[in-house]
Amino acid sequence: MTGMSGVIIEPVTGRYMHLEIHGQPHRLYWEEAGPTDGSGIPLVCLHTAGSDGRQFRALLNDGDITAKYRVIVFDMPWHGKSSPPAGWQDEEYKLTTEKYVELVCTVVKALKLDRPVAMGCSIGGRVVLELARAHADLFRAVIGLQSSAFVQHYFDITWLHRPNIHGGEMSAAYCYGLVGPEAPLEHRWETLWHYMQGGPGVFKGDLHFYSVDGDVSGTLPEIDTSACPVYLLTGEYDYSCTPEASQLTGLPDVSSG
Amino acid sequence: MLEKLQELVNADTALVRRGRWLTADMMLEIGDVRHLVKIREGRIAEIAPLPLLAMPFDFAIRGTEEAWHEFWQPVPKPRHHDVMALIREGKMRIEGDLEKMMAHFLTLKMMLEKPRLAGRRDGA
Repeated sequence: MTGMSGVIIEPVTGRYMHLEIHGQPHRLYWEEAGPTDGSGIPLVCLHTAGSDGRQFRALLNDGDITAKYRVIVFDMPWHGKSSPPAGWQDEEYKLTTEKYVELVCTVVKALKLDRPVAMGCSIGGRVVLELARAHADLFRAVIGLQSSAFVQHYFDITWLHRPNIHGGEMSAAYCYGLVGPEAPLEHRWETLWHYMQGGPGVFKGDLHFYSVDGDVSGTLPEIDTSACPVYLLTGEYDYSCTPEASQLTGLPDVSSG
Repeated sequence: MLEKLQELVNADTALVRRGRWLTADMMLEIGDVRHLVKIREGRIAEIAPLPLLAMPFDFAIRGTEEAWHEFWQPVPKPRHHDVMALIREGKMRIEGDLEKMMAHFLTLKMMLEKPRLAGRRDGA
């Protein structure tokens, strides 16, 4: 849509919803694009650890996709424009499998989405495996981007949250190498900016799920891929979730390509 | 590649500004060869061979010759494009005052990449 000369207004809307998650009131921000009359397949997008829904800016603006899909991107609590719940100052933020799954299912039900596709990157790529296993009734398919069953800590994540080291600078230093060397500078640095804007301790708290609590390797064989197909896309420069980590040994009926 | 590092870093005014709070002596080990990179307020003041029994450094990055060679390719192969990636691959390690190092880790990564980027036409 164009108005004043040179001004482009994106076909993306952003709104807030108020809902209870883990028994606590939350004000959650989400963006969406595509048909809202039920004609599009809902596609719920889950951002990575330590960042927010802006990661899906290109997808929300891709007309080929939004012609067929209602693309929905929400900021997890503590991320982006979704604040932490009241009392956060006395809490150490730690994402767990249980909380993460509940969050996604709560949002899907709140928006009355009809068996959406769930697509997530990194921690999001992990949790979609658990959604496929435990909630195939809610999701018609899942897409894992940089998806792994488990990745053990390979560096001390407390560097991400200590007062004498800038958390934003440290988060960006970590993610700097997760971007491929040929990624366009503009997109590399916008992506890093989002990580730099993360709240204190949030990236670290997300990695608790990634590298401590969220090990799904033992339950992969329980995923019924005929009820909820699993699609995986993994880039080779991500040294955190390598192509080998995305092999997902035990997942039924995996074909790669 | 190391011989170009000083000139390339110091010519990058944005990088020098980013590193203006960084003053440190960094030891770089490339295979068996050790160098002391003296960084002063974001500029590299000197790069000198570091003999054994030398003055202490603040922190060090030690890597195999192959690791650094691949790291400085215009387009390194996967998992050889980043210090942390190479640490995870077991081909580099860091030691010393890691608190100081981590506080400036993004700047240090950007400095160390300069010889690679200089080899690329797009400079990216």
